[in-house]
Amino acid sequence: MTAGPTPAARSNTRVGVVTFPGSLDDRDTQRAIRLAGAEAVPLWHKDKSLQQVDAVVLPGGFSYGDYLRAGAISRFSPLMEKVIDGARAGLPVLGICNGFQVLTEAHLLPGAMLGNDHLHFICRDQKLRVENTATAWTGDYVAGQEIHIPLKNMDGRYVADSRTLDMLEAEGRVAFRYLDVNPNGSLRDIAGITNEAGNVVGLMPHPEHAVEPLVGSGRTDGLPFFTSIIKKLVSA
Amino acid sequence: MSLDTVKHATDTPDTEQPWAELGLKEDEYARVREILGRRPTGAELAMYSVMWSEHCSYKSSKVHLRQFGEKAPQSDAMLVGIGENAGVVDVGQGYAVTFKVESHNHPSYVEPYQGAATGVGGIVRDIIAMGARPVAVVDPLRFGAADHPDTRRVLPGVVAGIGGYGNCLGLPNIGGEVVFDSCYQGNPLVNAGAIGVMRHEDIHLAKASGTGNKVILYGARTGGDGIGGASILASETFDDAKPSKRPAVQVGDPFQEKLLIECTLEAFAEKLVVGIQDLGAAGLSCATSELASNGSGGMRVTLDDVPLRDSTLSPEEILMSESQERMCAVVEPEKVDRFLAICEKWDVIATVIGEVTDGDRLEIFWHGEKIVDVDPRTVAHDGPVYERPLARPEWQDALQADDAGKLPRPATGGELKEQVLALLSSPNQASKSWITSQYDHFVQGNTVLAQPEDAGMIRVDEESGLGVAIATDGNGRFAKLDPYHGAQLALAEAYRNVATTGAKPLAVSDCLNFGSPEDPAVMWQFAEAIRGLADACQILGTPVTGGNVSLYNQTGDVAIHPTPVVAVLGVIDDVARRTPVAFAEEGQLLYLLGETREEFGGSAWSQVVHDHLGGLPPRVDLERERLLADILISASRDGMVDAAHDLSDGGLVQAVAESCLRGQKGARLVVPDGLDAFTFLFSESAGRVVVSVPRSEELRFTDMCGARGLPATRIGVVDGDALEVQGEFTLSLREVREAHEGTIEALMA
Repeated sequence: MTAGPTPAARSNTRVGVVTFPGSLDDRDTQRAIRLAGAEAVPLWHKDKSLQQVDAVVLPGGFSYGDYLRAGAISRFSPLMEKVIDGARAGLPVLGICNGFQVLTEAHLLPGAMLGNDHLHFICRDQKLRVENTATAWTGDYVAGQEIHIPLKNMDGRYVADSRTLDMLEAEGRVAFRYLDVNPNGSLRDIAGITNEAGNVVGLMPHPEHAVEPLVGSGRTDGLPFFTSIIKKLVSA
Repeated sequence: MSLDTVKHATDTPDTEQPWAELGLKEDEYARVREILGRRPTGAELAMYSVMWSEHCSYKSSKVHLRQFGEKAPQSDAMLVGIGENAGVVDVGQGYAVTFKVESHNHPSYVEPYQGAATGVGGIVRDIIAMGARPVAVVDPLRFGAADHPDTRRVLPGVVAGIGGYGNCLGLPNIGGEVVFDSCYQGNPLVNAGAIGVMRHEDIHLAKASGTGNKVILYGARTGGDGIGGASILASETFDDAKPSKRPAVQVGDPFQEKLLIECTLEAFAEKLVVGIQDLGAAGLSCATSELASNGSGGMRVTLDDVPLRDSTLSPEEILMSESQERMCAVVEPEKVDRFLAICEKWDVIATVIGEVTDGDRLEIFWHGEKIVDVDPRTVAHDGPVYERPLARPEWQDALQADDAGKLPRPATGGELKEQVLALLSSPNQASKSWITSQYDHFVQGNTVLAQPEDAGMIRVDEESGLGVAIATDGNGRFAKLDPYHGAQLALAEAYRNVATTGAKPLAVSDCLNFGSPEDPAVMWQFAEAIRGLADACQILGTPVTGGNVSLYNQTGDVAIHPTPVVAVLGVIDDVARRTPVAFAEEGQLLYLLGETREEFGGSAWSQVVHDHLGGLPPRVDLERERLLADILISASRDGMVDAAHDLSDGGLVQAVAESCLRGQKGARLVVPDGLDAFTFLFSESAGRVVVSVPRSEELRFTDMCGARGLPATRIGVVDGDALEVQGEFTLSLREVREAHEGTIEALMA
C-alpha cells in the first residue's frame, strides 16, 4: 500500500473540487481529500449547483490557459457565482495557486498575483510558516509551525497596496509566509491569506502535493489542510 | 489562377509545377506522375511533397531501421510495435504503457520557445492517439557551448517553451538530460519524450474502417502556421544564404491541447472512436492518407468544411498546414452526435469533414470539385526508399588513435582535488536545477522519482503501487569515437539507470540525431549506430517500440556528433521499493559494483581538463549489464540497498558527489587495491553503479554479488559532512555544493 497516513476518522463530509477548463491539480486535490477521510465531489465549472457540498476547493492549474490574466476568465464561470454567494454566507472555500488567483479576481480575497519577479516558472519544495490556525483550513496546524509545501507557478507574486497589507497583518489574516527564500517576490513574504471570517483561504503553494510519503515532495505537511476542514465541519 | 482540379490536371499535362520548391527531387516528381498516370494537381503535389519528405517518409533511414524489427528480441511485453503513433508495452495488472521520444531540433533553433513547446505538444498527441492518458514527459536537450552568446538565446527559450507548454498541460517533467558541446552550436537537439498509461482494452489505432463512418477533425482551427515545417525545416540543412524560416515554425496553444486531452479521453471512455490520428508533421495530408491507408476502405473529404483561422488559405495550404492541437477521429454515424457533444462540453471545435468510403481512393473536394484522387498508400507508405552511399570517414582512424590515456594526469592530491572541483562545476557536470526547477514535477500526484534521480518514476496504480520508470541517455562524444559502441553505451546507460531505481527494463524508444544523409560519412555513422543499437537490444531483451529519426542536423559541411538518444522504459511492482540516489543514512557502506579500467576516451575529464576528444569509448559488456540490472532489482525488492547511483559521465566522483548532495551526507572513500586514485575517481568504465548498503544487509548483499559473479568492492562509508578520499583530499559538502550548483544560473540568468 502506498496511501498516506490513516485519517483520524472517516466522515460524511463532502468537499467539492471545481474543474475549470485548464485545471490541472483537480484529481490530485480529490485524492488528498479522500486520503484525509472525506468524500471528494467533482464539480464542473458550467454547472449551476454546488450539489450541497460542505466545502469547496478551487484547484491549481492554468484555467483558460491563464489567458488575459490568471483566474480572470474562470471567475465568471456559472458555478463561481454559487461559490461567491456561498463564501459570503460562510461556506469554507480553499483556493490553491490558480484557485487563489480566482479568489482574488472574484474579490473574495484582497490583492492580486503578478508574474514572478525572476520571470521564470518556479517549482520547488517551499518552506512556510503557518501564521493563522484559526481559519477553517488550518486548525490542525500549530501556530508558528514550519512546514514544507511544494510551490509551482508562473504568476505567484502577491501584491496589494500598503494599506491592505497593513490591515491583513493587523487582523492576523496573513495565513502563511514564505521562509528562507521568497520564491517569487511576494510582498512581505506572503504565501497565503484568509478573509475576515476565516472561511475563505487562498495560497500559492500546493498542499495536495504533500499528502503521501512516497510521491510528490515525500512529506505529508499538506494533509492538515484537509483534516482541518473535516474536523471543523464535523464539530460545527 | 483557376482551381487545379483532377480534371484540369489531366487536361494540362505540361503545366510547370513547383516540385523543387516543395522539396521533391526530379525522380521523385517523375514517380508521382507515374503513380497517378498524369501530373498531380497542386493539392496532390503538396501532399506527396510533405509525406515524401525525409521527416515523414524516413526515406534515407528505412533500410537501416528494419533491423529493429528483424533483430527484435522475443518479448511478451510488446503489445503494439513500430509503425503506430507510439509503441505500447504491457506492464502487468491489465495496464499498458505507451511511450516515445521525438525530435524538434530544427524549429527550436529558429524559434526556441515555440519550437520546443510544440515538440512537447506533438509527442503528447502521439500518446493520446494511442488511447492513453499522458502521465509524464522527459526532455533530452543538447546545446552549443555553454558560454557561447547564442546558447543564451536558445537555452532559456527552449526551457521556457518546454515548461510553458508541459506545465500548462499538467504533465510532470521527470527526466531528461542537458548537454553542452560546440558541435551543437547551430543545431541544438531538442528531443521530447512522453509516457501514457491505459488499460489494455483501451488501445486505439490509427485506421479508418467501416464504410459510412465519419471523419471528424477537432481541436484548433487550421491556420497558415507551420506550412511545410517538416518538409522544409526538418529535411534540409540550414544555410545562411536562404531567407529566414521562422514562418515555418508552428505556434503552440497548450490550453487548447489540455482540452484536447480531456475531450479525447472522455470520447475513448464512452467507446466512441473507431480510429484516431493526431495532426503533426504534414498535418491533414498525413492524417487523412495514413488513416485511409491503414483502414479497409477509402476516404472522401470535403476540405471546405475544415474550420480556418485564415479564410484566405488555399486548399494546398490547408493540406500542408501544421497548425497545432488538432486531431482526426473516425466515428460511427450514430455516435457522431455524442462525440460532438463531448467536444462542445470542453469548448473544442469539432467538424465532420468526410467519411470512409467502400473504395480504395482518398478523394478530396474543394468548392465541389475533386482536387485529390490518390491511392492513399502511395502517399503514406510507398514513398521513395534510398540506399544512400556510406563510407567510414577517413579521419576515424586518426581520431581513435589519439588515445586519451596519454593525457597528463594529476600528480598530487591537491591536483586531484582541483580537477574534481573543475569537473563538478563544468556546465555538463554541474547541477541542472536552474533548468529543472522551471518544470512542474509534482502535478498528477504520482511522481515517485524525478530528475536528478537516475530515472523518473511514476506510480500507475495507487492500490498496488505498480509503477513505471523511464531514463533517456546519449553520449555524442562516445558515438563520434565509435558509433556502433557509442549507441550501445547510450542504451546500456539508460537500461542501467532504470535498473538502478529498482525497475525492470522492458522496452526501448530512440531518437536518432545525425547530420546530412547525403554525406556518406554521416550515413556510415547512422548505419553503425543502428546496427549497434539493434544488436544490443537483442542481447538485453528490450525491443525497440518506436522512435524518430532526425537528419540534416548540420550547418554547412559540419555535422553534429552522431547522437543516438535512447529511452528505456521499465516497470516496478511496488514503487515503495524504489531506490533513490541520495545517501541518507550515516554509517552505511558504499560498494562499487562492476569493474573499473583505465578508460578515458570521450570522458568528461578529458573534455573538462584537456578539451580533448579521441581514443576509444569505454568497453561495452551487455551480459554484464544484464547481471548488474538483475542484482539491482533484487537488491531493491529485498531491501538490501538504500541508495544507488549509476556511474557514467564524470565517473565515480561525480556520482558520489551527487548522492552526497542529494542526501546532505558526506562520504569517506578509500581507493581500492589495484587502482590509482585518478582512475578510481575519473574513469568512465561502463557497467558500474555505486550503492549504499545498510550494515545489517552487507553480508546478504555481498553473498548475492559473489554467488552471481558480480564484482562488488567496498569503497567507503557514508559519514560526516565532507567528501573525503583518504590520503588524497577532503572537500567539505559546502565546497562541493558551491562548485556543483550555480554554474548554469550564472551562465543563463
